[in-house]
Amino acid sequence: MATMARSFLQAISKDEAVAPPLRVVQIEGLAVLKIIKHCKEFAPTLVTGQLLGLDVGSVLEVTNCFPFPVRDDDEEIEADGANYQLEMMRCLREVNVDNNTVGWYQSTVLGSYQTVELIETFMNYQENIKRCVCIIYDPSKADLGVLALKALKLSDSFMELYRAGNFTGEKLREKNFSWMDIFEEIPIKVSNSALVSAFMTELETDAPVSQGDYDRLQSSTTPFLENNMEFLIKCMDDLSMEQQKFQYYYRNLSRQQAQQQAWLQKRRTENMARRSAGEEPLPEEDPSNPIFKPIPEPSRLESFLITNQVSNFCGQINGVAGQNFSRLYLTKALHEN
Amino acid sequence: MAAANEHTVLQFATPSSTTSATTSILTARIHPLVIFNVCDCFVRRPDSAERVIGTLLGSILPDGTVDIRNSYAVPHNESSDQVAVDIDYHHNMLASHLKVNPKEIIVGWYSTGLGVNGGSALIHDFYAREVTNPIHLTVDTGFTNGEGAIKAFVSSNLSLGDRQLAAQFQEVPVDLRMVEAERVGYDVLKATAVDKLPNDMEGMELTMERLLSLINDVYKYVDSVVEGQTPPDNNIGRFIAEAVASLPKLPPQVFDNLVNDSLQDQLLLLYLSSITRTQLSLAEKLNTAAQML
Repeated sequence: MATMARSFLQAISKDEAVAPPLRVVQIEGLAVLKIIKHCKEFAPTLVTGQLLGLDVGSVLEVTNCFPFPVRDDDEEIEADGANYQLEMMRCLREVNVDNNTVGWYQSTVLGSYQTVELIETFMNYQENIKRCVCIIYDPSKADLGVLALKALKLSDSFMELYRAGNFTGEKLREKNFSWMDIFEEIPIKVSNSALVSAFMTELETDAPVSQGDYDRLQSSTTPFLENNMEFLIKCMDDLSMEQQKFQYYYRNLSRQQAQQQAWLQKRRTENMARRSAGEEPLPEEDPSNPIFKPIPEPSRLESFLITNQVSNFCGQINGVAGQNFSRLYLTKALHEN
Repeated sequence: MAAANEHTVLQFATPSSTTSATTSILTARIHPLVIFNVCDCFVRRPDSAERVIGTLLGSILPDGTVDIRNSYAVPHNESSDQVAVDIDYHHNMLASHLKVNPKEIIVGWYSTGLGVNGGSALIHDFYAREVTNPIHLTVDTGFTNGEGAIKAFVSSNLSLGDRQLAAQFQEVPVDLRMVEAERVGYDVLKATAVDKLPNDMEGMELTMERLLSLINDVYKYVDSVVEGQTPPDNNIGRFIAEAVASLPKLPPQVFDNLVNDSLQDQLLLLYLSSITRTQLSLAEKLNTAAQML
């Protein structure tokens, strides 16, 4: 009997120690609509809000959300912001809404959301919550008729690296870490309560074509593509600047190495002369000499983030161009008739 | 009502007489988020409560339409003869919501369940103190009569001489603006669980299919009219003629050139983005593979 009890306890404790990896984010239709409404109202300003829900096994459920007020840069608003959050959570608790923070959402412009601030916010959240997720909504893409909702999470290996604060080339090579491993995208599922689904089924209009279709069939995607290209070019400029930084570093490093070698040679000849003269040899190292000061290697974090953004833009351009192809062929076929 | 006649008159104090004519409420426009909110609050209500009430936020447009954009639930207790509403909570939530969006003000309140009862009149009174002429929305979550009725009411006071008799709730037409729901997609919002959000290509496919079926329908209709099976309807005929005429009249050569140019532009963009991608992977290999001396 005792052995059975112990093994049961062991089984439980083993389950708790290893949390299953997050596989799916399940959002309620209510939260989706709220996020869309908030981001759309304030476009093009970027806005953020908090996600509330439950963390169940390998599924992260988001059942509700509330928006954050837009903050002007003022120090005293820090306390206000925290108060607002507490107030909202308390009020929502009273109406039986899940009071658990599971992450935050933010709007973005053309998908350029990979910044250092995002990572810092992630690390802040990660300290308090075991699993948190960030949902990104892109209102500019929604004009093209696509539901541009994405759920992101920092990968575990990246978080370890970030905590160590070390982004040198060697470390990254050790872990075989590339720029694609920073963010992990998690698939989203949408769920609705039965009541809401009943209402929606009834309220669905009988029109064969909906607003979403109108948006998708419009062929003037040029402003979107233009903006995308502009951002892409700017990012490539940033990337080349980062690469120049690296070049500079390497050049300095090699120059320093050469200087060290020269100095070492000189010391050795000096030592040989001294030995032949019967004096003590001088040490072969001299830490006080400035040419031995190690040059810090620039962090690769920025370049990784920029690379991520560029790849994002490319993906978007690909997607929209593909859609445009279909639209163009459609108009061609229509006209021929 | 200054002179005291022998017959006192049953008076309707309509909203338009107490306030200026421009703020009389004509219709209510409801955004889908409000319905979702109401349903969610109803599902989460404490077991003792039979119905849920809450505040409606939005704005009043100059032509008399009330635009209802957001809502939140307010805890309340209702027994057969008295009603208690948590006013502090209501004010706190209002302040919080105003911080985010100061343009959304109180426009009224909602309750679940069909019809208006005595308790509602008291609650309506309370809201009338907060905003002039509040609108009362009932969302029938019980699906009585087999349909989920969404009705909006405005109240006017019935007075007999100087005494307040009752409050009369007049129904106001409701306009459900489902544009946002359509944008998200009814499939996503209707089903109880959707496994995967549709990406752009799938959405495109759906749209094309719908367009194709529409064109087929029109084709069949025109055919049947020509063959004399269905009586011709001038209005539909005019619509079809307009639609066909709206295609731009370009000579085929010009049109082909246009299409080909656009195609080439798109191909150029695709090529550029693929080159950029290759450049990225190359740069990354070079960066991290560089050896220290």
